[in-house]
Amino acid sequence: MKKIYPKEEVCVNCHLCQVWCLVEHSKSKDILKAYKREKDRPIPRVHVEEKGNISFAVQCRHCKEPVCVYSCITGAMTKDPVTGVVTVDSERCIGCWTCVLVCPYGAPLPDYGNEHVVKCDLCPGRQTPVCVENCPNEALIYAEEPVSG
Amino acid sequence: MKNYLIIGNSAGGIGASEAIRELDKQGNITIISDESYHTYSRPMISEYLSHERTYEQMFFRPADFYTKCGVNFMPGKRVQKLDLGGRSVLLDDNRKVAFDYLLLACGGQPIVPRTEGGDRKGIFSFTTLDDAKKLDKIVNIGSQAVVIGGGLIGMSLTQALVKRGVKVTVVELKDHVLNTILDARASTLVEEKLKAAGVRLVMGHTVARIVGKSDAVEGVELDNGERIDCEMLVFAIGVSPRLELVKGTEIAVNRGILIDRNMKTSYPGVYACGDMVEGYDFLLKTNRLLPIWPAAYVGGRAAGFSMGGLDKEYAGATVMNALNYFSYPLVAAGLVNLEKDTGYEVLVSLKAPYYRKVVLKDNRIVGLLYAGLVDRAGILYGLMKDGVDVSSFKGDLLSPSFNFASMPEALRKERLKLTPKAQEKEGALQRA
Repeated sequence: MKKIYPKEEVCVNCHLCQVWCLVEHSKSKDILKAYKREKDRPIPRVHVEEKGNISFAVQCRHCKEPVCVYSCITGAMTKDPVTGVVTVDSERCIGCWTCVLVCPYGAPLPDYGNEHVVKCDLCPGRQTPVCVENCPNEALIYAEEPVSG
Repeated sequence: MKNYLIIGNSAGGIGASEAIRELDKQGNITIISDESYHTYSRPMISEYLSHERTYEQMFFRPADFYTKCGVNFMPGKRVQKLDLGGRSVLLDDNRKVAFDYLLLACGGQPIVPRTEGGDRKGIFSFTTLDDAKKLDKIVNIGSQAVVIGGGLIGMSLTQALVKRGVKVTVVELKDHVLNTILDARASTLVEEKLKAAGVRLVMGHTVARIVGKSDAVEGVELDNGERIDCEMLVFAIGVSPRLELVKGTEIAVNRGILIDRNMKTSYPGVYACGDMVEGYDFLLKTNRLLPIWPAAYVGGRAAGFSMGGLDKEYAGATVMNALNYFSYPLVAAGLVNLEKDTGYEVLVSLKAPYYRKVVLKDNRIVGLLYAGLVDRAGILYGLMKDGVDVSSFKGDLLSPSFNFASMPEALRKERLKLTPKAQEKEGALQRA
């Protein structure tokens, strides 16, 4: 399956991947409305790792053996057997934070206000995830995983 | 065609059946449960009691799970006896169910100590949906309840009762709630939330007798003589493995069923997982009871693979807990409650609004606790699980901005494995 990979050497730490992830997961999908008007502003599902000059974006790896799915106490976290995408059903999620504790990538992010987690869903309905599409310096690519992956 | 028989319909049983089906598309899988319900998330019985979730919303798997997975589901059937030599089990209706491979995933039962007056009406435990239903029928706004036990079940129950407008008193033997999984500081932070919600905490005491003029509970008397009025009393002391089926058989037990790294019991063809077993703890490098939902599912999965013929060694689990009682987020894993122990390095950060603690031994993480904010705690849990030497970035571990860039390049590249096929093959990145 296709996954998102960062290119650390050309990431300029602009955080636009986060901006567009937020907009894509907003109600209006309009950048101004999402930031200025919507009450429940979404949390970006991608995190920018940074220290000094080093920066790159990390989101859910949609693992073959997803520990989050195995640890989920409600069954809200599932892996699609066909597409391989790991998705959290935010309505079913009760915000127990177990997946937050077990994911080695820190991919599920707590939404404390709504007491559930959010996580990269590879932008269903889109050819290419919006973070990849909008990165100004091609620091994110959307490609097939390695044979060993 | 193989016959796989699973006794138990919770995390372990479901984990096993899903793993078996991945390996064996043809084999017969049967799940027997003494409860009459679709597989449900046991921790969510509190959400049921608080009226935040309905029964259907508690389903651990979709309504069509048994059909889709090809599982013959037998709800409301209790297994009376195991006939290991005859490779069958006897049900309470005297039917026999045969097996080639048997998985014991029966879970635990609540610990209810004998107490004077313990035969009165109005005394409950809180581990099953039926327990939640019984309480649901009798609680009202203004009811008074005593919860015995300040552990996970006690806290979960207390939160649900408070949401129903019940006046709750928690009686706990030790000095703090959640004392087996948190340190004193983190427990105190939770206690502040409990008190703010109007819960009365009685620490360092036990219930000596249950009293009342009629045959119903009207109150409890503590070991110090104090009387607390209540209409209902719930024992939430803990659970112990359900071993009634294995007693008197050749299956080796200690406090729980003994298993090897392939989830096999001492009897050939019989496996066990979940709250029943003493499974491998990867941190302590020994076997112990670990009644934790993720350990039950993953252990069930390992058992399922073993039963299906793939000897996949169970990686093990360790103490790990994630909480959100009274909306106070907390995660804790490994060793977090140490006395002045030698050989352990303890790093602590008290920066409001959170409290963070990391325990190290020989520069490897052996314990972690995040209170107030739990974001990305899994990165540290992963480092702990893999026994990674963190000496080069020890100083960054407690920082709220700790992330993969804090790690040296070789380590983060190894842990993230973020190289796509295109780059590996042609040595250059290509856009999709």
